[in-house]
Amino acid sequence: MLKTFADQKYPGRLIAVEGLDGSGKSTQIHLLKRWLELQGLKVFFSEWNSSSLVKSATSKAKKRELLTPTTFSLIHATDFADRYERQLVPLIRAGYIVLCDRYIFTAFARDIVRGCPPEWVRGMYSFALLPDFTFFFKSKLEVSLQRILDNRPQLKYFEAGMDLDLSPDPYESFRIFQGRILDEYLAMSKEFNFTVIDANQGIEVQQSMVRELVAAKLDLAAFAQPKR
Amino acid sequence: MVTSMESNSMPNGPKIHFKRNEKRHVRIPKISRKQFYGHGIPGVDTEKLAGKLIVVEGADCSGRSTQIHRLVEWLEGSGHATVQVGLKLSNLVSEELEQAKQGNILSRVTLSLFYATDFADQLENTILPALRAGTMVLADRYIYTLMARDLVRGMDESWVKNLYSMALIPDAVFYLNVAPEELVQRNFAKHSSLDYWESGIDLGLARDWFDSFLIYQGLIEKQFHRMQTTFKFTTVDGHRSADTINAELRNKIEDVLEGRA
Repeated sequence: MLKTFADQKYPGRLIAVEGLDGSGKSTQIHLLKRWLELQGLKVFFSEWNSSSLVKSATSKAKKRELLTPTTFSLIHATDFADRYERQLVPLIRAGYIVLCDRYIFTAFARDIVRGCPPEWVRGMYSFALLPDFTFFFKSKLEVSLQRILDNRPQLKYFEAGMDLDLSPDPYESFRIFQGRILDEYLAMSKEFNFTVIDANQGIEVQQSMVRELVAAKLDLAAFAQPKR
Repeated sequence: MVTSMESNSMPNGPKIHFKRNEKRHVRIPKISRKQFYGHGIPGVDTEKLAGKLIVVEGADCSGRSTQIHRLVEWLEGSGHATVQVGLKLSNLVSEELEQAKQGNILSRVTLSLFYATDFADQLENTILPALRAGTMVLADRYIYTLMARDLVRGMDESWVKNLYSMALIPDAVFYLNVAPEELVQRNFAKHSSLDYWESGIDLGLARDWFDSFLIYQGLIEKQFHRMQTTFKFTTVDGHRSADTINAELRNKIEDVLEGRA
């Protein structure tokens, strides 16, 4: 069984948010970051698929629709490994609270829906320690879909799961794809100790819960920026 | 083709005709069942992979390219279509990989996954389609070099094996074994300088590049010997002449084509 950063006695902590596109998780982690920063704590934020070098390959590949389930999985693992080794671990060793918008569970859900063998995907990410806190923003499928569709009338190919041949209609494909991802998330919720937040509530209600839970679990004063 | 059929229907014709015609006859390779090392690639029907996958492994200057060049000539001369693949040649990430290597900015897991991505892209977009089309695929290095490099760098063996369980088991794997002392001489004869990665400089094994090259190549060689039993490849003594080596490779490939291997 994988261990958390706290289990490894690292001084920092990692908090991850997971959920469907449009579940509001990015808004919530942004507000959490603001709150922690304003208390003068050492905070770092990292986003899925954002390592600069790997990103150029990923976006090129996505544009040209070059990715298969296997290479899709590998290229995202590469991106994650780059951030993990160069940023997340050193920062946690230095006592930072690291906030991750999506963590390995995104890969577990998406890659498995794409047909990659679960043991292979999990094995590939086995170098990574588990978050000390994983918030899962559980929204109604229809609500998340509507949010995405309101903001973005044009769905991207991989985002809509078009590579899976679920439906020739991108919107229908997106609906089916997201539904399957939600099922995968729910199936691992217990195993990985997700803290499930009802994402159908108001932003402020959710944020209060998140802040309370974080404050209860972490001794925040221990992560203060050194005084100069 | 027509002439050959005509002369075959005349069993009592002069021998010289028969010989010439025999050369026109292209042997049809026996189909062998293919398998992945483990989980493999989702949705691939291995029964449909009619071609053969032949891998040549070995360090830089071990004679890989010479041997592959000759094998391609021989196979095409015998009427088999061939395709060549190698490392760091994918459409997907080869440019970014080269960039990363130049800057030496990637950590170990990342570099390893980057290489695996490059490999998977070629496996799915070149190797598997070529095999489906009945082509002979000649791979200038395969997963074994990638695994050896990872293992020398202290990566967890079960992690590396899981990663490459997506790979197809080749029909033949030849490891051109050349002693590090000989490799260093060949390197200087060819390039007059040692390559950063081939010398394992990133590992900090020695203060000077010459020592580092010898130690590093020795470590890689050790990994190949360890892998030999698990992955059942043929170790070929790379110190002999290119002709002798090529004859040995052809013999083994003949067996593969005849379904004896």
